[in-house]
Amino acid sequence: MSGPFRLDEGGRIDRERPVAFRFDGRDLQGLAGDTLASALLANGVHQVATGIRYGRPRGILSAGPEEPNALVQIEKPFPEPMLTATTVELADGLEAVGLPGQGRLSPDPDPARYDAVHAHCDVLVVGAGPAGLSAALAAARGGARVVVADADTEFGGGLLGSGEMLDHAPAMEWVERARAELARRTEVRLLPRTTVTGHYDANYLVAVENRGDDAFTRQRTWHIRAHEVVLATGAHERPLVFADNDRPGTMLAGAARTYLHRYAVLPGRRAVVFTTDDGAYTAALDLCGAGVEIAAVVDARPEPPPFWAKRCAEQGIPVRAGHAVVGTSGEEHVTGASIAAFDPDTGALGPEEHHDCDLLLVSGGWNPAVHLYSQARGPLAYDEAAGAFLPSGSVPGVHPAGAAAGLRTTAQCLSSGAVAGVQAASRLGLEASAAPRPETDPHPVPKGRPLWLVPDPEAGAPGRQFVDLARDATVADIDKAVGAGLTSVEHIKRFTTIGTGHDQGRTSGTVSSGIIAGLLGADLSEVGTTTFRAPYSPVSFAALAGRERGELYDPVRVTAMHDWHVERGAPFENVGQWKRPWYYPRPGEDMEAAVLRECRAVRTGVGMQDVSTLGKIDVQGPDAAAFLDLVYTNMMSTLKLGRIRYGLMCTADGMVFDDGTVMRTGENRYLATTTSGGAAGVLEHLEDWLQTEWPHLRVHLTSVTEQWATIALAGPRSREVLERACTGIDLDNADFPFMSWRHGTIAGRRARVCRISFSGELAFEVNVPWWHGRQVWEALYAAGEPFGITPYGTETMHVLRAEKGFPIVGQDTDGTVTPQDLGMGWAVSKKKADFIGSRSFSRPDNTRTDRKQLVGLIPAAGEGVLPEGTQIVGTRVLPEPPVPMLGHVTSSYRSATLGTPFALALVKGGRDRIGQTVYGHVGDRLVPVEITDPVFYDKEGARRDG
Amino acid sequence: MMLIPCPWCGPRNETEFHYGGQADVACPGDPHAVSDAEWAGFLFFRDNPKGVFTERWMHRSGCRRWFTVRRDTATNEIHDAGAHEDEERTVTV
Amino acid sequence: MAPRTPGADLPDHPDRLWRSADPESSYDVVIVGGGGHGLATAYYLAVNHGITNIAVLERGWLAGGNMARNTTIIRSNYLWDESAGLYEHALKLWEGLEDELDYPLLFSQRGVLNLAHSLQEVRDGVRRVGANRLNGIDAEWLDTEQVAEACPILNTSPDLRYPVLGATWQPRAGIAKHDHVAWGFARALDLLGVDLVEGCEVTGFERVGDRVIGVETTRGPIRAGRVALAAAGHTSVLADTLGLRLPLQSHPLQALVSELLEPVHPTVVMSNAVHVYVSQAHKGELVLGAGIDSYNSYGQRGAFHTIERELAAAVELFPMFSRAHVVRTWAGVVDVTPDASAIMGPTPFEGLYVNCGWGTGGFKATPGVGWCFAHTIANGEPHPLNAPFGLERFTTGALIDEHGAAGVAH
Repeated sequence: MSGPFRLDEGGRIDRERPVAFRFDGRDLQGLAGDTLASALLANGVHQVATGIRYGRPRGILSAGPEEPNALVQIEKPFPEPMLTATTVELADGLEAVGLPGQGRLSPDPDPARYDAVHAHCDVLVVGAGPAGLSAALAAARGGARVVVADADTEFGGGLLGSGEMLDHAPAMEWVERARAELARRTEVRLLPRTTVTGHYDANYLVAVENRGDDAFTRQRTWHIRAHEVVLATGAHERPLVFADNDRPGTMLAGAARTYLHRYAVLPGRRAVVFTTDDGAYTAALDLCGAGVEIAAVVDARPEPPPFWAKRCAEQGIPVRAGHAVVGTSGEEHVTGASIAAFDPDTGALGPEEHHDCDLLLVSGGWNPAVHLYSQARGPLAYDEAAGAFLPSGSVPGVHPAGAAAGLRTTAQCLSSGAVAGVQAASRLGLEASAAPRPETDPHPVPKGRPLWLVPDPEAGAPGRQFVDLARDATVADIDKAVGAGLTSVEHIKRFTTIGTGHDQGRTSGTVSSGIIAGLLGADLSEVGTTTFRAPYSPVSFAALAGRERGELYDPVRVTAMHDWHVERGAPFENVGQWKRPWYYPRPGEDMEAAVLRECRAVRTGVGMQDVSTLGKIDVQGPDAAAFLDLVYTNMMSTLKLGRIRYGLMCTADGMVFDDGTVMRTGENRYLATTTSGGAAGVLEHLEDWLQTEWPHLRVHLTSVTEQWATIALAGPRSREVLERACTGIDLDNADFPFMSWRHGTIAGRRARVCRISFSGELAFEVNVPWWHGRQVWEALYAAGEPFGITPYGTETMHVLRAEKGFPIVGQDTDGTVTPQDLGMGWAVSKKKADFIGSRSFSRPDNTRTDRKQLVGLIPAAGEGVLPEGTQIVGTRVLPEPPVPMLGHVTSSYRSATLGTPFALALVKGGRDRIGQTVYGHVGDRLVPVEITDPVFYDKEGARRDG
Repeated sequence: MMLIPCPWCGPRNETEFHYGGQADVACPGDPHAVSDAEWAGFLFFRDNPKGVFTERWMHRSGCRRWFTVRRDTATNEIHDAGAHEDEERTVTV
Repeated sequence: MAPRTPGADLPDHPDRLWRSADPESSYDVVIVGGGGHGLATAYYLAVNHGITNIAVLERGWLAGGNMARNTTIIRSNYLWDESAGLYEHALKLWEGLEDELDYPLLFSQRGVLNLAHSLQEVRDGVRRVGANRLNGIDAEWLDTEQVAEACPILNTSPDLRYPVLGATWQPRAGIAKHDHVAWGFARALDLLGVDLVEGCEVTGFERVGDRVIGVETTRGPIRAGRVALAAAGHTSVLADTLGLRLPLQSHPLQALVSELLEPVHPTVVMSNAVHVYVSQAHKGELVLGAGIDSYNSYGQRGAFHTIERELAAAVELFPMFSRAHVVRTWAGVVDVTPDASAIMGPTPFEGLYVNCGWGTGGFKATPGVGWCFAHTIANGEPHPLNAPFGLERFTTGALIDEHGAAGVAH
């Protein structure tokens, strides 16, 4: 048994598959095919939640995503906040509770997977109701590649719940035929359970597919680029605003029809139907036919529609035209409605009469779902006859159809969908024609008259005419906002919070604009509506994050020797996307001990480092030398084949941008290296200047970072290691001088060996094709073992270079530092006419003498390592803030070689202060430090030749 | 997600491109001959119209070529992409 | 048990806010732009300088631009002295603003964490904290454990793609409710007799030689003793009508909110490397901001991939947000300068003052901008706090480069 309100037959539920679920602590049963809402109604449960401000009981207003009331928190299978009971598919073991407008997040990790999918199509049809299916059929038959996306579990749209006939058979038979034909076509993709949530530039639409908790990926985000888009998104029925219009058991007329026809559930036994629109009569008649007693159809319009009034009379349903519901009774469930004669022009009310009921159906007309059209920059206009904002004007490639375009009957929707499909196809150059339209029920086109507000007969009663049920915002709130002086719908929305709930005002937007217009005495078309923004309905963060989480949040780049470093237990430093070994601790060693040992090894023996992550750019072409002269501050065109030169790059504003080496590898060919993190930016910078400023230069740039694995061998015994491992190169200083390169063979692999040193020691850099990186690394390691070769990481490299006063771009510079500030005027050519950055050196601010300059610091005896980032002040005692600052520590280390902690710093007028004592502000202490030359070790450069 | 017409690769998603701001801003031929104010103009001052803007894009994930697009900055509507039809489309010398 | 009513505790707005005025033909000061900056400027002109014959001209609805679209973060922990001075002055004003305006601004000093995810970000953070403290700004450096204490829902595991290595922490920073701030100023201005003119778009300027003497608007010409631009993303459009070139580029900046959720997030978290910033507003919604979109745009919309990237960052840092829902996304138009610092001061046109280029930092500066810009307009020369923010810095090269160290070390 799936509930006392379930009919014995009918509906699109599976009576063979009962589903056990739990709601608010009660164990209940529904059927496969139910939503949580239909299952609750089948069990006679109407109150689902409570209002956010007043805590009043709230029921189920709708049967779809427009639901403002029936908010639930899913507890099992996994907690998810703030879903609408009307869209939660019933599943075995589902547990949910009603919410007072605020959801709960689970502290447990979400076990589900999420993913992204990309698709391109000729025609995207959004919505698979009569209009959407007709459009899809027409376009597909014309040969278009079509995607059909619909939020519901089944195609059919409004036909799922209307119980109407097409071609003299239940309409769903036509839907099934249409779906089956589309499914047969190989160029058609059908996406049920897929909500199109956003419509972006150039027909780029985003949709979220709900695949269920048991699926491999619970939700997938579709990114669809469509040539044409048919918006067959349907319409949402509007509730009416009257006193106590929020009681459980108050329901949209169309929703009641859906519960009846789709779920075979009676939402009540005795109903009052309050309407200003012909559509609600169908609901009254259908429910009556299913055994619901209709106490009255209360039509606020003076004259009832004759066609429907006659049908009601035939069924014995009383129609009370020129009346309105002015109040309700009941607490957890509506028990009755008060009606009164009503003049919609003056608002005058007659005496009240009471009708018992357990269901109050309301219909205030329909709002076309124009969200996506509006997001696509489609203009909207208020249409008096429809009492709604409709698509107006046109957007190329976007075709609103059916109820979304303001149409009311199934016949109209079928026709307009077919037209949209044909139009879309024709814009693609395809010939399409609409198939004959199936025959529909011979009903007149429903008409309505907008009614924004039924006065509260208890004048001055506290706010109980609810406009936005999701936000508990009432007519009194709007009244107060207008009284406060607000006239813009945007201000009033913010004042009252109308339209800002989870439902984004689907049922309240137009109604509130109508009430505002009434209070301001303005035209509704002037008042307008607030902007429709993505997403159309709420989307989980996880669905949009997709798989860009954890390791895949950002690609991990590793070198050819990475696994070796892992095997040695090296912790890694993130440098850009690269993983670089930070240091190689031996058992029992902490970082400090490891780094001191590694430094000592390089200074006294030999060490090796994986420097493959350095950016490498192959520069080729007859004008390569001229180009390099323009992009580096120093001269490159004088570099001879086989030689290497340090190079410094600035941006046009004269600030240091990157540095590296340039080696000449051919007559018209150079290899330029960059910092590890800067490689992509440098290549882009170079391409920019080359292509847009100097297109006449015959130069080509190619990134070869991942073509070359690079191994640094450093230390006085590095030559001995290479002598054992490398053939084909005469390694002595005379034949292979500093800053030159040679080809040799290591471990049978051709290698390019450079004499480059970033530590000041005798050093080599071995470049081999990436594929052979690990083999050559291991060969060098083996060759070095007799010398105690020590692998070292980035930290040791940093210490060694700092002892030599070599700055690191991005650490010792911050985009505000010039070559001169770094004391690297020697790398700025005086001979070249121009290069990038040159002009900026003479700007007034760059010629100040008190600019911050790179200097060394030695803390006073007994002081520890200064934290990097420490600010430098000039006084022994801190004055009151603001305290003038001289600069800051950019690099700071312990040094085995120097026997003292030391640092590099940028200090105002620093070079003139060498020998002075200044103070590092560490915590609340001032640490005396002496300013020194930035080169701490081997100032004369005696060690580089071993 | 704009659809940007790369003259060499065809229309591609915006995510494949790098934006370069206003097009046709030439570096002064002899930077040392211009005043500080003129130099600042080149470094920092760019048009910022609401409406059609001639701007530069670079197809970072594709051909890595810079090209010009005319786009309406109010609507993102792209009017045309560079008059590169007659330009040589080879990238090898 | 009475049902919980999480929405019942929020303060009500007052019964009277402001009346939208029709423009007069002439004012002592016309402020172009009725956002937070324009309103605050008018307020301090009236209160500090006794000038009340002011019109604030707004082309749409009052405070409907970036003021209505920002993520409401307030902090003053900027690196450079110039920025720190201005933002800290603003923060001090924020601390008295609810009383000053007699309006519930929901100013909540819940602290801001700026996360560091690389060794360089640690260096930069320590450097900024040191500079802040010497500038008299509350700032602390927190290690990873302390970060976890300050914000327990943050993923501080070392397994993160870019682990949290520490953070700067400014306890006095926080959030406020943007509409309430704008409306508090507007109500005060209404009481002071300042004309708040909505639906009045400035289309050009009236000038005599290099002197600006008024504005042309969609509601007719308005004479003005002084004209002050506070038009954010639309500043260039106005300046272009004078041939005044400003180093501004207008970009989309997107934000989004979730549904209302029970309180889980006690503070404000900002991250550059895993780019997102997040707070939980008073009603319970998560408010998230992303980076700016790369291209120029006045469209008040951004690209969806920016939102996806932002949510990937959010779920990476806050795994608990996995099943929260995006309810609404939107974008503002921010005017960005080459050094990411604002421009505030006189212009080459006599009688014309400009305040622009606030990029992503405009909201937090609101009262400070009002204070200093009012001083600039009233005295014809900048307040010491905004003197470094003049246009001339782009020529001299004395930039206030708040991009910080973006480079990555060897």
